[in-house]
Amino acid sequence: MDIIFDVPQGLKVNPPSADNLYDVAIIGSGPAGMTATVYCSRKKLDTLLITKDIGGQVLLTSGIENYMGYQYVTGKELSDKFFGQIAQFPIALLSDISVCKLKLSKGNFSLSCGEKKFSAKSVIITTGKRSKELGVPGEKELLGRGVAYCATCDAPLFKDRIVAVIGGGNSALTAAIDLLSYSTKIYLINVADTIQGDPVLIEKISAAGGSADFYGGKKSGKVEIIFDSEITEIKGEKTVEAISLKNIKTQQIRQISVGGVFIEVGLTPNSEFVKGILHLNASGEIIIDCNSRTSVPGVFAAGDVTSVQDKQIIIAAGEGAKAALSAYRYLLEKK
Amino acid sequence: MSVLDDKVKSSVKKDLSNLKNNVKLILFSQEIECPSCKDASSLAEEVAALTDKISVEKYDFVLNKAQTEHYKIDKIPAIAVVGVKDFGIRFYGVPGGFEFSSFIDAIKLVSSGDSGLAQKTKEELSKITKSVLIKIFVTLTCPYCSSAVKLANRFAIENDLVLSEMVVATEFPHLTHKYNVFSVPKVVINETVEFEGALPEEKFLEQILKA
Ligand SMILES: Cc1cc2nc3c(=O)[nH]c(=O)nc-3n(C[C@H](O)[C@H](O)[C@H](O)COP(=O)(O)OP(=O)(O)OC[C@H]3O[C@@H](n4cnc5c(N)ncnc54)[C@H](O)[C@@H]3O)c2cc1C
Repeated sequence: MDIIFDVPQGLKVNPPSADNLYDVAIIGSGPAGMTATVYCSRKKLDTLLITKDIGGQVLLTSGIENYMGYQYVTGKELSDKFFGQIAQFPIALLSDISVCKLKLSKGNFSLSCGEKKFSAKSVIITTGKRSKELGVPGEKELLGRGVAYCATCDAPLFKDRIVAVIGGGNSALTAAIDLLSYSTKIYLINVADTIQGDPVLIEKISAAGGSADFYGGKKSGKVEIIFDSEITEIKGEKTVEAISLKNIKTQQIRQISVGGVFIEVGLTPNSEFVKGILHLNASGEIIIDCNSRTSVPGVFAAGDVTSVQDKQIIIAAGEGAKAALSAYRYLLEKK
Repeated sequence: MSVLDDKVKSSVKKDLSNLKNNVKLILFSQEIECPSCKDASSLAEEVAALTDKISVEKYDFVLNKAQTEHYKIDKIPAIAVVGVKDFGIRFYGVPGGFEFSSFIDAIKLVSSGDSGLAQKTKEELSKITKSVLIKIFVTLTCPYCSSAVKLANRFAIENDLVLSEMVVATEFPHLTHKYNVFSVPKVVINETVEFEGALPEEKFLEQILKA
């Protein structure tokens, strides 16, 4: 049995104060936000960290094999290590809360959600991404009744069931891997005609007895890949019972009986609260320059929420460091 | 074989080094038809061995009927975490994986008797006059579940009528089926209110007040 326990010792974090004008407010505590926090703290900036959770998407990753210094580390372990590193600084931390509004006021910024309101001279946005919804009938209605977005959390609940994983990228492959040891059959359904995920993950599925033909598109083993197909409906009375698929080349519609649907069709940026304030690209990502600056002076951004092309832990961490140093320079010049 | 490795033991030992009051881990198990009872028992014993403030009491689910009823235990393995008094905190199934941190947190909670909740939450909880049973279904691989369990345990600290039960979903398939648990954390309050996901303090409280 795995036991996960790694408490950072000697915490120095404080509750935040509404009356204080912080040097910098960091929003979000994934790899980008936590790295930015370390860099700001070491520059002795009065730092406020507001976040919905500690860890971000890293918590959703069962195992990480491409963060330098670790050949293998679980998502929770890595996130705890990150947190352990920020917790040694006397930052102000507010967790379990989302920032709903960012406003410019008298050359500074105010951040608020409900009654809670804080102010800062500069802001670093590292709110990352969340799972995208498919937007098909049945998805909302059957959420938590067989429609799932977190494979690491929910895979054990689909023991001895037939499930479908929607998507063809790394998240879809990771979800299929998480499900291999529980489900009896896994349909991997992809709208494209190839799998876009890393070959290493494909090999893992094959090695674990899920020998699927990733390139020819036919079935074998526990995982069956269906290419060129989009889901049109998720059906079920109380819980998921079936999905309808349309082959986009032949327009043929078919129905498959499944007891669960894991939706892994990509991610959407958590940038709604700055819409109309900062420039966003067509995907809703915050546009930044090579020094992490957004369209509003004093507001910086880093990690998955930004227009930087690749989304990885090590990249988000590096970008977080850059944003912190840019914010530091901004504060020096402002003085 | 030991359930906890040396690294975990040493961090838990540090973490539990300033427990205020004594804590009892009351284990309910059975020799047969309970494959995970042995692990639950080892886990409780190994944690207790790390400090002289914790003791383990063991009862047979069937033979020790009086205790089973007294602690309102209805399935096994079960661990009641009892401090200065019984606050109504129960762990059903083996609290391994991410739930081990909820278990250690519960020990510290019942030992101090201090929930650390916001003043407003405490006031609202003190007004509750009927029994509230919070069941939280979890999996051991769910990173968000432990925050729901820790919060429910804090609610239990504040009012004796509030009981908090962590239930490892995969160990109790009949309950998973009964409550349609397909996503965790799944919270069921008094059989009337249900929701999925870890809610923040105020939102979770609202659901309790609704039940
Ligand atoms: C299943 C899965 C597997 C992955 N595997 C790997 C891998 O093996 N290797 C790798 O390098 N990368 C992997 N990734 C990608 C990697 O996790 C991300 O690139 C990385 O986490 C991005 O970091 P971030 O800090 O930018 O954002 P996130 O990790 O998304 O963190 C965002 C933070 O902001 C918070 N937040 C969001 N909105 C608000 C708000 N309004 N107010 C306050 N806080 C808010 C969130 O709670 C969170 O703390 C994986 C991703 C997934 C989903």
